Amino acid sequence: MTAGVIRAGFRGAIGKFSLDAAFVAPGRGVTALFGPSGCGKTTILRCIAGLLRLSEGHCEIDGELWQDRNGAFLPTHKRPIGYVFQEASLFPHLSVRRNLTFGAPRSAEALPPGGVAFGEVVDLLGVRPLLDRSPRNLSGGERQRVAIGRALLSRPKLLLMDEPLSGLDRATKDEIMPLLERLRDRHLLPIIYVSHDLAEVERLADQIVLMEKGRVLAAGPLADLQSDPSLPLAMARDAAVSLEGVVEAHDARYGLLTLRVTGGRFLAPTPPLPIGERRRIRIVARDVSLAREPPGPSSILNILPGRVISAKPVASHEMLAVVALGPEGQGARLLSRLTRKSWEQLAFIEGAAVFAQVKAVALEPPRGDLSE
Amino acid sequence: MEAFVHIWEPVRLTLELAAVTTLALIVVATPLAWWLARSRAPWKEVVAAVVSLPIVLPPTVLGFYLLIALGPGGPGGAVASLWGARTLAFSFSGLVIGSMIASMPFVVQPIRNSFAAVGDRPLEVAATLRASPSRAFWTVALPLASPGLLTGAVLGFAHTVGEFGVVLMIGGNIPGRTRVMSTAIYDSVETMQWREANILAGGMVVFAFAVIFSMILIEKRFARVRA
Repeated sequence: MTAGVIRAGFRGAIGKFSLDAAFVAPGRGVTALFGPSGCGKTTILRCIAGLLRLSEGHCEIDGELWQDRNGAFLPTHKRPIGYVFQEASLFPHLSVRRNLTFGAPRSAEALPPGGVAFGEVVDLLGVRPLLDRSPRNLSGGERQRVAIGRALLSRPKLLLMDEPLSGLDRATKDEIMPLLERLRDRHLLPIIYVSHDLAEVERLADQIVLMEKGRVLAAGPLADLQSDPSLPLAMARDAAVSLEGVVEAHDARYGLLTLRVTGGRFLAPTPPLPIGERRRIRIVARDVSLAREPPGPSSILNILPGRVISAKPVASHEMLAVVALGPEGQGARLLSRLTRKSWEQLAFIEGAAVFAQVKAVALEPPRGDLSE
Repeated sequence: MEAFVHIWEPVRLTLELAAVTTLALIVVATPLAWWLARSRAPWKEVVAAVVSLPIVLPPTVLGFYLLIALGPGGPGGAVASLWGARTLAFSFSGLVIGSMIASMPFVVQPIRNSFAAVGDRPLEVAATLRASPSRAFWTVALPLASPGLLTGAVLGFAHTVGEFGVVLMIGGNIPGRTRVMSTAIYDSVETMQWREANILAGGMVVFAFAVIFSMILIEKRFARVRA
């Protein structure tokens, strides 16, 4: 048993579907279970919650054993979890307030580490004006916010979220996503987040468990899996990497922010942010071109030295190159998608020193989202 | 005055019988309906069919077996011997037992349906919020199924008021002890007391209307709650 680690593995069949999946993840941050619909993500989440018991399973959270192969099985109501279902599933016979406090410990016990108070959750989720209403006449977004608050107020040590945004329209998603980011950034508790939407995962996840047909393809930090050419993420047409950047400076004259990542610096046009703040940036493989020599005067702001560490043909006329930033190639990894013709004419080889020209750097969350 | 007692006695007894029967039925039928709605036991439908038998059986058949079961040779007689009686038949407690069995399907069915309509999700949510199975039952399943409980109670009460055959077989129509409205009407007609028969029968019509009308209102309310 190991503290600070989530270890889960389940094997069994449900009808025709068979699941045989195991993963280990750090017991902090957001771990995304990602894969196409029907690959078994929700099944794993239900197993972790104890809502489903497969013939063989093992589940160990932060040093506590919830299930093992010798028949130990902690029933759901004894597991310190919060579970947010795809549909908010509020209790229709209780007010918003009583929904929120349903799972809250009734005695005033000491807050466990990371515990949050009622008022804090209510304000974080912006549900104060809804407290005395019935869940029946709330909008989809309001319901989901109450459901998240209800899960948080049960003082969980692990938050399980099953596609909490997938039933919502675009505008409502944009309203809830920043709340989830805020939740992540406050490091209250580890979150396991099920999603089939790559954009959500790229914004939220710290590490991902990549799934397909009931199996785990790979598990690890988000950027590592994004830049692994043996996995479908990197090979996709809209492949991208997400990097953690630290704000270093802001140039008010041009409205440009300097962000440091390991092995390089990026300039991005955004409103000022406090120095030292961490922001996630997303760089799309198609926006990165490679040069052998430092390019001459150019309109491209971000030109960073690095080394090609691997390259692989995608389709008949394109190559996907993985570039590690820094002159020695020790830094963060970028993906670059370039034509085979350029690859051969410029005589790139693995290990070659290159200059990555990055056309666009997207800061997440998008500007303005977290303006308060 | 005598005519009033003649009418009032069976009315009082009927209401008493129906109230006691309904209360006892809710207590017995709710856990049974919960089990029928939630269990995965393959033979649960056998139990459901047995519970539903009184819908199809002629009341005389039911009454006949009940008479044997409640009589001195049956389990009812054994129970009655505890307080020195010979039989539970021809007594108020015998009527309650008979009415419970005769009305059971009308109470179990709506409660079972409403538990089934609640579904797994609210109970799963309750479990993820640390609610033990019994807390989930009392604070989630029962309140959500309350329209079904109300329907079951109304139907159980009404069916007990309207039961004739079973009551006649095991009750014996003893004035003040087992003569309820339905048997009193029969008795009044037999003895040509048309006025009493008219009042009792008319009362039953009004009562039946009230029951059906309130059922409709409950259904409407139920539909609104679900929406």
